[in-house]
Amino acid sequence: MPELPVAWKPQAENVVFGKEVSRIDGVDKATGFAKYSADINTPGTLHGKLLQSPYAHARIKAIDVEAARKVPGVKAVYVFPDRAPRTNEETGEPIYFEIEHEGQPIAAVAAETSGQADDGLRAIKVVYEPLEFFVDEFHLPRAVELGRARPIRAAQQGDLEGAFKAAAHTITGMYGIQTISHMCLEPHGSHCEFTDGDHLTAHLSTQNVSGTPGQFASPLGLDAAKVHVSCDYMGGGFGSKFAADEWDIACAAMARDAQRPVKLMLDRATELNIPGSRPSAFAEITVAADADGKLVAWDSHHWGTSGPQGGTVAPTVMPYVFEPKNRRTRATGIVTNRGPDRAWRAPNHPQACALTQTAIDDLAAAIGVDPYDLFLKNLDLTWSATSRNPADKDIYAAELEIAAKLMDWKAKWHPRGEAGDGPVKTGLGLALHTWGGAAGRGTCTVAIHPDGTVETFSGTQDLGTGTRTALAVILAESFGLPYEKIKVHIGSSKYPMSGPSGGSTTIGGVSGPHRRAALKALGRIYDLVAAKHSVDAGTLTAANEQILSAGKPVCTWAEACSLLGPMKVEFQGEGPANDGLTSAQVGGVQMAEVAVDVETGVTKVVRYVAVQDIGTIVCREQAKSQVLGAMIMTIAYALSEERIMDNATGRFVNADLQHYKLPRIGDIGELIVEFYEPESQYKKGVIGLGEPPVISGGAAISNAVANAVGQRIPVLPLTPKRILDSLRS
Amino acid sequence: MRNFEYAAADSEADALSLLADHPGETAILAGGTDLVSLLQKELVNPRRVVDISRVSELKAIEPTDDGGVRIGALATLEELLASPLAAEYPSLRDVASAIRAIQIQQYGTIGGDLCHLPNCWYFRKGYGLLGDSNGRALSEEGDNRYHAIFGNRGRAKFVSASRFAPSLIAWDASVRIAGPAAGEEAWLPLEQFFVTPKGDQQGVTRLAPGQLITHLELTPAAGRLSGAYEVLEMSGLDWPLAAAASTLEMEGGVVSRAKIVLGHVAPTPWVSHPAADVLRGQPITEATAELAGEAAVSEASPLKDNEYKVRLAKTAVKRSLLRAAGANV
Repeated sequence: MPELPVAWKPQAENVVFGKEVSRIDGVDKATGFAKYSADINTPGTLHGKLLQSPYAHARIKAIDVEAARKVPGVKAVYVFPDRAPRTNEETGEPIYFEIEHEGQPIAAVAAETSGQADDGLRAIKVVYEPLEFFVDEFHLPRAVELGRARPIRAAQQGDLEGAFKAAAHTITGMYGIQTISHMCLEPHGSHCEFTDGDHLTAHLSTQNVSGTPGQFASPLGLDAAKVHVSCDYMGGGFGSKFAADEWDIACAAMARDAQRPVKLMLDRATELNIPGSRPSAFAEITVAADADGKLVAWDSHHWGTSGPQGGTVAPTVMPYVFEPKNRRTRATGIVTNRGPDRAWRAPNHPQACALTQTAIDDLAAAIGVDPYDLFLKNLDLTWSATSRNPADKDIYAAELEIAAKLMDWKAKWHPRGEAGDGPVKTGLGLALHTWGGAAGRGTCTVAIHPDGTVETFSGTQDLGTGTRTALAVILAESFGLPYEKIKVHIGSSKYPMSGPSGGSTTIGGVSGPHRRAALKALGRIYDLVAAKHSVDAGTLTAANEQILSAGKPVCTWAEACSLLGPMKVEFQGEGPANDGLTSAQVGGVQMAEVAVDVETGVTKVVRYVAVQDIGTIVCREQAKSQVLGAMIMTIAYALSEERIMDNATGRFVNADLQHYKLPRIGDIGELIVEFYEPESQYKKGVIGLGEPPVISGGAAISNAVANAVGQRIPVLPLTPKRILDSLRS
Repeated sequence: MRNFEYAAADSEADALSLLADHPGETAILAGGTDLVSLLQKELVNPRRVVDISRVSELKAIEPTDDGGVRIGALATLEELLASPLAAEYPSLRDVASAIRAIQIQQYGTIGGDLCHLPNCWYFRKGYGLLGDSNGRALSEEGDNRYHAIFGNRGRAKFVSASRFAPSLIAWDASVRIAGPAAGEEAWLPLEQFFVTPKGDQQGVTRLAPGQLITHLELTPAAGRLSGAYEVLEMSGLDWPLAAAASTLEMEGGVVSRAKIVLGHVAPTPWVSHPAADVLRGQPITEATAELAGEAAVSEASPLKDNEYKVRLAKTAVKRSLLRAAGANV
């Protein structure tokens, strides 16, 4: 028969695809059977630890590690590249390494016990020359004065001055969102072991299984083919785990020196400090509307810091989603001695949304209209109406309507500040967002055994999102098998290449190749069954562990597979391909109801609604979990989570789970997730969902607090201090 | 963490003798909820850790002859919550139930709470209790959003970490200190137990090397009202931004004596005489509670980043009084 057409099954025929299923590795994770990098303890494993700079900015004038080598139990000592003073060969001048932030690694030791590793670290002598540091990301004039500010870009379009003059309503405000850390539940790190002399196996907590062998190989002078990266399970990455980091290279180098396995996982303080943060952003914004409430002009200048690189939020996403015709955006990055940034779930979008859609909400309050109506009225100014075309304004309108029903918006909404006389004020807020989520690159090998067993091999990884389950569901639906019976092998760089898990590219990146491989396999099997049973291959389908012809059973799945011959047969899939299995561009609307105790400044999320379009849904339960996780993460950065950099010491003073405040169950409130899914969404193709639901909640919660207390609390997170300071002034 | 010698005591006398061997170089392990992190960060580096958690004579919660209650220093917060005797002191239950982490409730002891070292981030980063760096007062210059708004004119700006001290002091509790010599003991009003260090070598309590606290004693609860309110930002394990506890003696519907103690606002638990004074002769109403809150913060001296704590302290006083009067706030 000709090749089966490449498409998902008609929606009504699906048995597991798009349905609610339990994770195939849920029990393994819950029982501890699933092994994470920190769980790997091959015989003889040494404890690796880092020596880090207590200074935010300093020169290293000398390092002496000799005493550390003699400490009982210490088996290897490693000095990070360039840390030790060198001499410029031409001038004879000494070259000193410049520490750029507190916590920067200087050296590492590997020892028999954790305590001996500490003894080894204490024996290392480092002479620092402390330098002036700067960690203030908020006060722009100070940064300018000290030469720490870098203008990034100014963009202007339309007649800004004329538009502001003609506008009926104009507001100017200051807005901001503080830096946060990725704070992965499982910290960064690896277990490294050499076998056969120069073959490295690295159990690395990574979002990039297929891409990291080369990152180990090059600095260690190994062939990439001799490096095996393994990551069966991981506890989150959020954009911070794409690399074999310098501490992983240290781990591997010490394993080679000691000829013993070494494990080096970051401790919690270090996990908070050095392996990634989301840049802060603060802005002065003026936005105007005409008498009908249509946005007509926008002028913003935002600043913030990504750390020593001196970046801030990309100006290309300002203003966020709503684009008045007349607009100007400016941005300034600040060079700070703060741990560097890394991509954080929907890079730039949460900050841009928190700056933009709070200002628009303030404009609605100034006009005296319900922001729901103002947002609705301006949907033709969303990026959907421009060349960016990320989401559809009609979908936003539908999602606003669904969210409003779930929130009971029209009944509950009150004008800003009219929340009654008691100390606890409630309020509502909303915001909306968009994201791409196109399929990443991926390949896979699906093997069908003569006994009917199906397994797949793919060098992708499961961040914790449910990738394993998604692959099982896709193959199970394709072959008419129970999804629990599919053997899924991922998390090894020995498997067929699959792209890094970032930018919400994974589900599209793995589902397309698997469906394509499955269709190839099915075509082959249908031909064999047709020949053997004298039926028309074009009438065949696979369901209930059987092959059916026009709905009537012909043979069992296992009998069909036995026709493949005595050996397993492998089918390759790759992607992305422009065949409709995957797509891109989604939108979503979020609404929050909060209760603010104005005598304590303590804010609780009462109810939080997320309505999201995501194209074709593969695993409904896991998709919902993605949204729930994003909402919880949003409540954290909206209300309590922030990196506090101390101007007196240059240090990250709350790098612990006591003062780096993350919500617990009691802080979460009622979360409601609703997918926008008319038939057109199923036909759209699979799109990634990881980032979009974490974008607009910060603005929605801030808007709800403003609605409750009667004024904007300008900077997220909305801690008791910020709320009471604002209310007092 | 540095190496140390571990010694487990099985009686009070045993504990004192194990502490006496290495004067000034010992640490006492009870629940470990504070000590272990101090050891990990090498903020305390004892030669010997004396584990007293098996000393059964320090665990009981029992009635005293005069109708009060005696609480062993090793009573866990969970035991305190479960104790019918402690239930007669509602402000203690308000605090115990506000420590929402089950692990801390199970392991944390009342004695450990009283000896908990400050959570000041400068102290926890190794700059000492006074937060000094080459003569610079970090907790004055740096980020002091969680620091003291009372009693902060000296070098110490941190806040006392004890959750229970305000309510215990409001109940006029006294504390038994044993040692350093075998058989040596002293009873001290808990109010006098805490000190504000003036120099780098001083601690936050009167405990001398070789001593330990063994028991607390509370006077009879009968006829008195009490309530405590902690302003907690988070619903899970979190430290109060400010707290207050009130114990009231009432006569004919008005306050005849009030003891109001604030927590997490000063280097020691902070007894507010102005707040007590305005309540004398008054019934407890929303208005009088508000006035007491205002009186309590009238002498506050906030630092550059913690003006907001003045509002919180006022609210905590008001709500502790309303709780004492039976309101659900």
